[in-house]
Amino acid sequence: MDRIIDQQLDLLRDKLLLLGGTTEAALQRAMRSLTERDSKLAKQVLEDDKIIDQMELDIDRFSVEILALQQPAAHDLRFVISVAKITPILERIADHAGSIAKAALVLNDEPQLKKYVDLPMMADNAAEMLRTALDAFTAEDATASRRIIEQDKVIDKSYKRVFDELITIMIDNPSATASAAHLLFVAKHLERIGDYVKDICELNVYLREAAFIKHSKIQ
Amino acid sequence: MSKISVSNLNFFYGKAQALHDISLDIPEREVIAFVGPSGCGKSTFLRTLNRMNDTIPSARVEGQVLIDGKNIYEANTDVASLRRKVGMVFQKSNPFPKSIFENVAYGVRINGIHKDKADLNVRVEKALHDAALLDEVKDRMNTSAFGLSGGQQQRLCIARALAVQPEVILMDEPASALDPIATQKIEELVVELKKQYTIVIVTHNMQQAARVSDRTAFFMLGKLVEVNPTQKMFTNPDEKLTEDYVTGRFG
Amino acid sequence: MIMTTLTAACAFGVVAVLLLVLSYIAYQGITSLTFQFLIETPKPVGEGGGIGNAIVGSLILLGLASLVGIPFGIAVGTYLAEMGDGWFGTIVRFVADTMIGIPSIVFGVFVYALVVLQQGYFSTLAGCVALALIMIPIVTRTTEEMIRLVPKSMREGALALGAPQWRVTKDIVIPAAMTGIATGAMLSVARVLGETAPLLFTAFGSRFYNIYLDEPMASLTVQIYNYAISPFEEWHDKAWAATLVLVTLILLINIIVRFITRKKY
Repeated sequence: MDRIIDQQLDLLRDKLLLLGGTTEAALQRAMRSLTERDSKLAKQVLEDDKIIDQMELDIDRFSVEILALQQPAAHDLRFVISVAKITPILERIADHAGSIAKAALVLNDEPQLKKYVDLPMMADNAAEMLRTALDAFTAEDATASRRIIEQDKVIDKSYKRVFDELITIMIDNPSATASAAHLLFVAKHLERIGDYVKDICELNVYLREAAFIKHSKIQ
Repeated sequence: MSKISVSNLNFFYGKAQALHDISLDIPEREVIAFVGPSGCGKSTFLRTLNRMNDTIPSARVEGQVLIDGKNIYEANTDVASLRRKVGMVFQKSNPFPKSIFENVAYGVRINGIHKDKADLNVRVEKALHDAALLDEVKDRMNTSAFGLSGGQQQRLCIARALAVQPEVILMDEPASALDPIATQKIEELVVELKKQYTIVIVTHNMQQAARVSDRTAFFMLGKLVEVNPTQKMFTNPDEKLTEDYVTGRFG
Repeated sequence: MIMTTLTAACAFGVVAVLLLVLSYIAYQGITSLTFQFLIETPKPVGEGGGIGNAIVGSLILLGLASLVGIPFGIAVGTYLAEMGDGWFGTIVRFVADTMIGIPSIVFGVFVYALVVLQQGYFSTLAGCVALALIMIPIVTRTTEEMIRLVPKSMREGALALGAPQWRVTKDIVIPAAMTGIATGAMLSVARVLGETAPLLFTAFGSRFYNIYLDEPMASLTVQIYNYAISPFEEWHDKAWAATLVLVTLILLINIIVRFITRKKY
């Protein structure tokens, strides 16, 4: 026999995964609007951010409702707490996607500086991390989550390379400084998204093992 | 040294074994909650700690229960003084058919603790005060205890237990028959009493165990399944059985 | 609905019969009921006379029998309730139950054989013994039932304070059951106040005021019996009046005991 809380927890998981999928799509579309110089798509990404905000609110309300009415304990409690903490992280990732779309709107009106190579790679990495992190959440897979956390270093490295490259462009070609700065921000957004996915993975580990591995250096 | 130290305790009702090889140490001034499904032995175990099971003719105990290092099941144990030291509050409030004052004074009188009438008054007032009931009853000390509300009656029973100056207080589902406000008062009282007493509380209310206890012990089928800090029991218990119980996954 | 009506009708019927009996007794008895009648001793037909000595005799018999029978009955009842779960308790309970079922005249004959014949004369003492023997099993069984009704939790509350068993019984259990025990005692008092048969063989009856235990003693019931079986119309009226007094007495005792043992806590 199913407990009442089980149906609600399932529903909560579905809502979170839907938010995760939508966020992932937002990131990919934002990047596409940049690489394919599609300003219409960029506008669409910004428009759709409202839906994501709405989803966040919905999950917040539902988490509080479960906490108040079902009084979950042990794993159930950790699950609701994890969802409640992952939700705003996803929303922030979506915000970064929005910022990338905004940058695309500006950059698409300028001549393209160079062929985008590293940035799409970074973005693919970030999107891949996000998707596997959400899979690890569903499977409550702590091992996979720890592996994903390690992957963030790859993004950090890419960011460093892109950073150096763009600084060189700025020095060599002062007229391209504005565009380069926008690209720099895009790179920074992607780097931040990597950090956020890391946070999600830490919560996955908490969900599975009840261990707080965040700031584990302090402990 | 632990206030209470139970080792390899077995308990039988006639041929039926109700408790299986229980070992548990309870330090002084700890609130420990016993939880578990009905019939899991938690109340039986509670009652072995002040030998209330003695009243059941077929009951038999094996193993040791040390209180302050002394085995209470030794033949020369003075059960009366044991029960004075290990007070008890019951599930259903059970005031005596006496006045409020006499209810609290009864234990003091039978144990002959008080020096004189004035001393008795002081002790009764202090016990009522410590049970957070004095203000509500000080103007009607000589009226019937049955005139009090359920929550007040239960606090009267706590005052009655406190009046004989126990060191340990056993509580057998003390708030199960009370409304949420009266329950909250009992819980606040437990937290307050913890400063002076070692408290063992049996409860069906998981949230209550979570709110008041330092450690929680989970019993099932007469066995102690797990004992851990309450915070751990409710977020990440060691045993699968405990997890299933605290998340209500039994059935 | 039908059930309610039916049971209500039955209850009404019972009360109606009771009222009829009482009012008929009152109607028949009130004419001869004078102050003289209440204080005088019986006299030959036509000379008046009353039931003064019988009232006093009944009260003495009843008082002494109660003094023995009620405490003894409570003690046995308490024993049965608190410790009587063994074979001995079962025997005692069986004996008590049997005694309740024995017709009262048997007690009269029994005491007659055991006391009156031994001593060689009818006496107040023999009457008291007979009455006490009737009272004890009644008080015993009601006391036991009432004490068993005291919740276990109340005993445990006292035991948990370190009270020994006997203190729990004395301080907590008996006071808690007091109202019920008193009702049982009342039942027994009312029962023996109405007894005639056992007194005929023991206290016998007397035409004089008497306070000595080794002499025959008048009693209301025996006096009523004597008046009632006589062939004289005047004595029949006196029997009715004495009956009215007896019923009133029982009623009074009931009310007084109810008042004394009303729930204080």
